[in-house]
Amino acid sequence: MAKAPAFDPMDPLGIDDLLDPEDKAIRDTVRRFCADHVTPYVAEWFERGALPDVRELARGLGGIGVLGMTLDGYGCAGTSAVQYGLACLELEACDSGLRSLVSVQGSLAMFAIHRFGTEEQRRTWLPRLAAGEALGCYGLTEPDHGSDPASMRTHAKRDGDDWVLSGRKMWITNGSVADVAVIWAQTEDGVRGFVVPTDTAGFAAHDIKHKMSLRASITSELTLDEVRLPADAVLPDVVGMRGPLTCLGEARYGIVWGSVGAARSCFESALEYARTREQFGRPIGAFQLTQAKLADMAVEIGKAHLLALHLGRRKDAGAVRPEQISFGKLNNVREAIAIAREARTILGANGISLEYPVIRHMNNLESVLTYEGTSEMHTLVIGKALTGLDAFH
Amino acid sequence: MKIVVCVKYVPDATGDRGFNDDGTTDRESVDSLLSELDEYAIEQALKIVESGVEAEITYLTVGPDDAKDALRKALAMGGDNAIHVNDDDIAGTDALGTSLILAKAIERAGFDLVICGMASTDASMGVVPAMLAERLGVPQVTYLDEVTVEGTTVKGGGTVKGRREGDVATELIEAALPAVVSVTDRTGEARYPSFKGIMAAKKKNVEALDLDDLGIESDQVGLSAAWSIVDTATKRPPRAKGEVVEDEGEGGVQLAGFLAAKKFI
Repeated sequence: MAKAPAFDPMDPLGIDDLLDPEDKAIRDTVRRFCADHVTPYVAEWFERGALPDVRELARGLGGIGVLGMTLDGYGCAGTSAVQYGLACLELEACDSGLRSLVSVQGSLAMFAIHRFGTEEQRRTWLPRLAAGEALGCYGLTEPDHGSDPASMRTHAKRDGDDWVLSGRKMWITNGSVADVAVIWAQTEDGVRGFVVPTDTAGFAAHDIKHKMSLRASITSELTLDEVRLPADAVLPDVVGMRGPLTCLGEARYGIVWGSVGAARSCFESALEYARTREQFGRPIGAFQLTQAKLADMAVEIGKAHLLALHLGRRKDAGAVRPEQISFGKLNNVREAIAIAREARTILGANGISLEYPVIRHMNNLESVLTYEGTSEMHTLVIGKALTGLDAFH
Repeated sequence: MKIVVCVKYVPDATGDRGFNDDGTTDRESVDSLLSELDEYAIEQALKIVESGVEAEITYLTVGPDDAKDALRKALAMGGDNAIHVNDDDIAGTDALGTSLILAKAIERAGFDLVICGMASTDASMGVVPAMLAERLGVPQVTYLDEVTVEGTTVKGGGTVKGRREGDVATELIEAALPAVVSVTDRTGEARYPSFKGIMAAKKKNVEALDLDDLGIESDQVGLSAAWSIVDTATKRPPRAKGEVVEDEGEGGVQLAGFLAAKKFI
């Protein structure tokens, strides 16, 4: 019988063995990029509430191929969903804001154009967005319409061949730095998507200040004041909420993995601290209460990681359902927050310092808990799927 | 032209590395990877092609089954194909034997320029490039901080030029091709394997060779044929506590005395 490999505290279940060499190579590239270009600086960005050179960062991410990585053609890498998930895990182990930038660019803006756009729209935007030469954002949520986007007030009216867009969009990642915005708006036919160059007259973006979460990420409010667009600005291939919700499914899938990364980073910090911090004459990791916390954290991370991989494999097989993504997001973000809080207690007072990543992840995860579908909505989606009874419409 | 880049699969330098009972490197208890110093050689080969020199880049490694991981990573960074020399009789081979295997494989593949890293991150001897040049009978231009190729044609020819920073002088060196060069970690950061590169590498050809293919007898290589052997190895003692200088007005003098005693000043 073959000898079992050594126990790895960072991969207690040996999940790495379920991955292909290419999966690991992609994961390693993202890990190294983050270690070289983001991790040393991200706490300072978080503290300042700014991304000092988001364009340089985007070009770096584009250079390795992470932007729109699952899409085919147009300069995109065409990777599997599992590989995208592994990238999200590493990005979010660094910072949820970094993963948000990538999610919004790839899973929302680029995916919408790739899936629902014209050939012309794809050729105009996708190669630049993939390379990180251009930035994209995605406007669905409004100040008064979050979980119920179908009731949005932003609307597009026809004027001759043109479209004229008016309304407001809120909590828009990358909003003020984007070159192109995918905006969802009511039309006579139902909700439709529009590809809006952000230098179009009437388009304005203002950053949202005073955030205590995702501080190393740009979040904006968009105002659309009679934004006049040519006829070919509309995404032709979808009408109704299926369009924006399909894109959100992509982004949520990334969060299922990303939240495992944030949890892993907190766990790593807590484990290292527990091994080296001494109280009462021995490392605090020698106390049963600390070991129980660490064991529980490792168990939940292992389960969340396997769940993410399972959903990724289903997604690659074309067999994943939206309810299953809700299942993953609900569990993995909920557990990631619990792990961040538990890690913070192991670090004692240091748990609230930006010298360690824990409080940063904890604050970030408060956003991750509610964006791309609140935990309540995902709970109700699962409830509806189980009972056949709709609790929210 | 044809560029061959020699790469080595080594135990991770950040791991807890050790030796087996027979003095050979323990490859079991530490994960292995492409030697970081060889990434600079790969980067320079890719830069030469990007500068407009038409060249096919072949990576060459000598190592166990898993050493193909090093070739896959190199191919993910760029380049065209790879050669993996793998034979049970190779285990324990020293630098001299390795240079023999590499030279035979390079002669078999054909070459205009061989690029090596300055040393491996495991044994760190740094002698293979020079041995290789001797065996191939071509000029060696080693420890370069900068390297360029000029004047090549489809028929071959051309020169390799480089800059070597020494303690007292900077040398600008050139050699007619074919030649062997080694490059330092000051040549410029190696690129990350991009996702497209990683996907493309799957389709690139890795040729597997054994000693028979290269016409090498098993008694020419391996631990028994090694000219250099590890006799004993002692774990480095834990770092001792530093000396604390209390500044009571004489701190500067004490610091200078400390540095002078260590011959730093």
